[in-house]
Amino acid sequence: MLALSCAASFGMGCSKPAEKSEPEATEKAAEAPAAKEEPKASATGPIKVGILHSLSGTMAISETSLKDVALMTIEEINEKGGILGRKIEPVIVDPASDWPLFAEKAKELLTREKVAATFGCWTSVSRKSVLPVFEELNGLLFYPVQYEGEESSWNVFYTGAAPNQQAIPAVEYLMSKEGGDAKRFVLLGTDYVYPRTTNKILQYFLKSKGVAEADIMEKYTPFGHSDYQTIVADIKRFSKGKPTAVISTINGDSNVPFYKELANQGLKAEDVPVVAFSVGEEELRGIDATPLAGHLAAWNYFMSLDTPENKSFVEKWAAYVKKANLPGGDKRVTNDPMEATYIGIHMWAQAVKQAGSTDVDAVRQAIGYQTFRSPSGFDIQMDAKNHHLHKPVYIGEIKPDGQFDIVWKTKEPIRAQAWSPFIPDSAKKVADWTYPWACGNCTAPKYVN
Amino acid sequence: MLVRWLLVLCAVVMPTVVHADAFSDAVGKLASEDQDTVRSGVQEIAVSGDARSLGVLHALRDGKLKVDGSVVVQEDGSKWKRAVDGSVITPSSKPRKVASNNAVRRAMAPAIARLELTSKDVTLRRAAAEELRRSTPPEELAPVLREAYKAEKDPQTKGSLELALADVDLASRDAAKRYEAVRILGARGDIAFKSKLEPLVERDSDGSYREPDGKVREAAAEVLSSLRWKELTNRIVGDIMYGLSLGSVLLLAALGLAITFGLMGVINMAHGEILMLGAYSSYVVQILFQRHFPEHFDMYIFVALPVAFVVCALVGIAIERTILRFLYGRPLETLLATWGVSLALIQTVRLLFGAQNVAVAAPSFLSGGWEMLEGVVLPYNRMVIVLFGALVVAFVWMILTRTRLGLEVRAVTQNRGMAACMGISTARVDMYTFGIGSGVAGLGGVALSQIGNVGPELGQNYIVDSFMVVVLGGVGKLAGTVIGAFGLGIVNKLLEPVSGAVLGKIIVLGLIILFIQKRPQGIFALKGRAVEG
Amino acid sequence: MLSKLKSERELQVVAGAFALFGLIVPLLHLFVPETSPLHVPDYLVQLLGKFACFAMAALALDLIWGFTGVLSLGQGVFFALGGYCMGMYLMRSMAGMGVYKSELPDFMVFLDWKELPWYWQGFDSFPFALVMAMVVPGILAFCFGFLAFRSRIRGVYFSIITQAMTFAMMLLFFRNETGFGGNNGLTDFKKLVGYSMQDDATKLTLYVISIVALFGSYFICRALTRSKAGRVLKAIRDVESKTMFCGYNTRDFKLFAWTFAAVLSGLAGALYVPQVGIINPSEMEPSASIEMAIWVAVGGRGTLVGAMLGAGVVNGMKSWLTASYPDAWLYALAALFVLVTLLLPDGLVGLIKRLAAMKRPKAPSNPGAIVAPEAGKA
Repeated sequence: MLALSCAASFGMGCSKPAEKSEPEATEKAAEAPAAKEEPKASATGPIKVGILHSLSGTMAISETSLKDVALMTIEEINEKGGILGRKIEPVIVDPASDWPLFAEKAKELLTREKVAATFGCWTSVSRKSVLPVFEELNGLLFYPVQYEGEESSWNVFYTGAAPNQQAIPAVEYLMSKEGGDAKRFVLLGTDYVYPRTTNKILQYFLKSKGVAEADIMEKYTPFGHSDYQTIVADIKRFSKGKPTAVISTINGDSNVPFYKELANQGLKAEDVPVVAFSVGEEELRGIDATPLAGHLAAWNYFMSLDTPENKSFVEKWAAYVKKANLPGGDKRVTNDPMEATYIGIHMWAQAVKQAGSTDVDAVRQAIGYQTFRSPSGFDIQMDAKNHHLHKPVYIGEIKPDGQFDIVWKTKEPIRAQAWSPFIPDSAKKVADWTYPWACGNCTAPKYVN
Repeated sequence: MLVRWLLVLCAVVMPTVVHADAFSDAVGKLASEDQDTVRSGVQEIAVSGDARSLGVLHALRDGKLKVDGSVVVQEDGSKWKRAVDGSVITPSSKPRKVASNNAVRRAMAPAIARLELTSKDVTLRRAAAEELRRSTPPEELAPVLREAYKAEKDPQTKGSLELALADVDLASRDAAKRYEAVRILGARGDIAFKSKLEPLVERDSDGSYREPDGKVREAAAEVLSSLRWKELTNRIVGDIMYGLSLGSVLLLAALGLAITFGLMGVINMAHGEILMLGAYSSYVVQILFQRHFPEHFDMYIFVALPVAFVVCALVGIAIERTILRFLYGRPLETLLATWGVSLALIQTVRLLFGAQNVAVAAPSFLSGGWEMLEGVVLPYNRMVIVLFGALVVAFVWMILTRTRLGLEVRAVTQNRGMAACMGISTARVDMYTFGIGSGVAGLGGVALSQIGNVGPELGQNYIVDSFMVVVLGGVGKLAGTVIGAFGLGIVNKLLEPVSGAVLGKIIVLGLIILFIQKRPQGIFALKGRAVEG
Repeated sequence: MLSKLKSERELQVVAGAFALFGLIVPLLHLFVPETSPLHVPDYLVQLLGKFACFAMAALALDLIWGFTGVLSLGQGVFFALGGYCMGMYLMRSMAGMGVYKSELPDFMVFLDWKELPWYWQGFDSFPFALVMAMVVPGILAFCFGFLAFRSRIRGVYFSIITQAMTFAMMLLFFRNETGFGGNNGLTDFKKLVGYSMQDDATKLTLYVISIVALFGSYFICRALTRSKAGRVLKAIRDVESKTMFCGYNTRDFKLFAWTFAAVLSGLAGALYVPQVGIINPSEMEPSASIEMAIWVAVGGRGTLVGAMLGAGVVNGMKSWLTASYPDAWLYALAALFVLVTLLLPDGLVGLIKRLAAMKRPKAPSNPGAIVAPEAGKA
């Protein structure tokens, strides 16, 4: 007897998550009798989409607002009647900044919830961890954050910037007369794959522009590093003699101590400008931005962009924050990955409308060449070949209030290069999902006539 | 876009061009939306030789210059004046700021310095000469500098100008001039000139020296070797100072733990979160000051200290009363339970204040730094933290040795049973000790809020380091904690330039593990009763 | 007589669980149609496989904490090292199939490395990797334990320096130059001994192997703890000095248990990695190792069944709460830490025993189940 009860309790502890889904399933079955037999063909129930952002753990700081903006966008679409006459139902899961948990949750979303598309991930490692899941189960992932490139997947749409849509234009700006005519470069980053790869591309790029090896200093610090005394002193020494710029891929938390140290050691933005790829409105919201003022950031969107589209986007967000009573209240801001999430969801919705179905293969075919009027005021296009957005690039100067003065911008959106032409190994590679290539990582087309 | 402003610019500038001078021309350029035009405007104002130039540039630097449509206006109290002639006008709309970027700002300082070089005020002249020296003057400035040098009486200004001239002369065609320049730079011994002298001893790709004159080369090589030596010693002194500063941070983080762990033997895994609460207390006090006493904002830090102490002490006492007192004598259970407490505190703060970091602005008297040696800047906030660390150590020491409570604490630490027999309420002493330890951690939290981020995860970054400091120093010894903290800080900073920040830290952790194998009780071993589970 | 009865009951429970997870779950997965409520879906099988690996790590921790009284806050390192060894094999086995079609793993191509570092040699062979997954954690544990136990570091000191070790190892593995993929770790695996890792059959096989390995380790640990050596370990836990005075070299016994636990954790890690498809340094975070301690504490330390049960229950709760009530998860975990240490020193197993004792206060037929719970002394 005891044996059985023990075994039962043992089993229960583990199978709880499975049981939870059942009442939901029966409820839905009652609403939509057809839903249960053929989940994909059901045409009456709500369309489920997954939201896969960490709501706890270290990445919660950045990812929470992406979840919020995704909910806002879905609400916006639903208020206009949804798509194909059906409402969108977000399924929110919390992978808790735990990379294996990302894969587990992605699997759950695809197999248990049978979501039509998933919007999520922030860090490269979380994306790399879910990638095999989406490829295996043929799901759709919209990834909204700037990243290191060197990837193209049949199942992923990248709505954030590739290196040539952020890093390269920023460095070109620094080398221009306007940007300070920099001759020496400090590549400073947090030690993980995005800064490493970006800096590798920049190294090749700078050398191709005739910058000598001795004029490039590359340094990495661990996550959460907060003591920049030695590094700033090094930069100070290095910057004597030639105009110098710092290209910072320092992640999140470490930025404030870094800029504070710069200010305290007397390195001013006009002497040694720092251009950052990971400092945006959201990162500046929580901090006193005075020591950062004058330094630069490169993004595809700024909250301070002066376009009617952006004005309405910012207003929509403020209204949503108020309505949903989100923490932070009127201090909440919009930023680049939020805009990318917003664009991604709308593009997906458009593609579903065009395809007349939520079927992954149909939507994927429909989404290529889809355009959407983004808050930046451009008709942004999804590239059918490499699954990346064409994006405009802006360089902003940080103001003490945590917003940006735009000091430079591209005339029109730039097409992403998934594979950097500056890395010899990657230059040969082609990301093209259309016939006859149909491949994200090939040097020759898959199909030959 | 470009065309539009060009047209606007032409429309504005053209009519005035006929009878206007170079000055008003240049001021007109400030109205442009293109930063490059603004920059050349700034430079042209400086060379225009007009008496009003300096006033306009000062106004620009101080942010008083605005653009109203296409007219540059200057704010003067509540009135607006045209920047060109000072006539009062009423701006049509809200004037915008002058378009500016780093290049504009970079042009501003030398432009102003150049004009101030002839000022009557000697301090202004000194600053101007220093600014010009620092920014590597272009060759066409040489005559201006030479003239100023001849007229100058003040030795300090003269010195700066001499260096600035030497800098220009390094590129001279006359070998004697170059030699003289190297000599002057060498006499000053400024490390900043190292990179300028280096090309003189380098060879070109074809093997020939870049500097044709052997005598100049020799002099440069000599100066360079002394500069290198100076740079190295400065560097080491700098690293030691940075190490002291890091050590004081570690000390403040670990001091509370030295009391709770060291004296009571409580493994408080929530120690980091007590630090975090201290930092949040200073955030809340700062917000209150911002709202109610903005004029005394800088003083908030002095209020934050006692507030943080009290808040953290109360939280500590609450933890002690509700959880720890049931677990005395079971250190491993204490460890797990306090870890649980730390998770709950993190989540609570996250729900109350959001997962985002919050902004704790440093009081204005803590920003900036003092250049101790060339290339070694000691930021004020770090210097204050070293002092503050010393004060807190003194405070704890006073409590432990000069008060009745301290006496009781030491008695209970040394022999609990005997102390109880002597009529000391050990439970009460435990509560107060834990309260004081937590309060001190709160003070540490206020200090940490001045140099790093304040967020829910703040404590997690310091918990391992804090334990390392206490264990290394020897449990139960205040002096051990102090030496442990500074030792760790300095070793860490001396290793950092050689091995990089990450490897440096790994090496330090490895060294600690090895050190503890050798001396399991830390640097200062407590004799007799040790903390033991 | 009494203890024999008791142990038989424990065996029945374990055998029942083994049958349930090793046989019934795969059968339900394979042969019950997807629409049936009894069907065990894909993700659940993988989740259970993951939990089996956690349970193995919990067994290992229980062996040194519950039975020997040495709390390690660094068990995550051994688990992760085992995982890295397996990960290295998986990376090597897909040479030429990566993004860059290079013989080197992708991240090395990223870093512009031209050849494999020496410590990656040999990992193209599966048996070698499997052996290394146990040997590497074993060697690290042996060296660390040898030094620590020799200088008589014990109690909380030992816990704290194991935590420092974890922290240092995590920093080391976070560095990209170390050569293990830095923060991303090793991921994007394709094949395991020739079988595609996407295949359902491969996954199910991995699951069954994990279950078998778990119960295999259980029986080994059981035999160990019931042997004479096991009794010495318990004696060390209870009063180390007296054990020493009885003439036992406690250092060697502790070192043995500590190293064995590391080997077992390594094996668990090696099984874990192909199932979750990634290994990275976050497994070495100090908090991950402390969480392992709470698995054991919740289940009931000093009982092997408790350790396994605790791992299952806590992780089950984590999967459920992070999905349904994300904000509540940390509170729940916090409450577990506090309540278990304050109110349930013997964990769930102790609770079940106490409940059973209350229900049948005078059951004459089997008094053994009520009297003297073995774990009471921890």
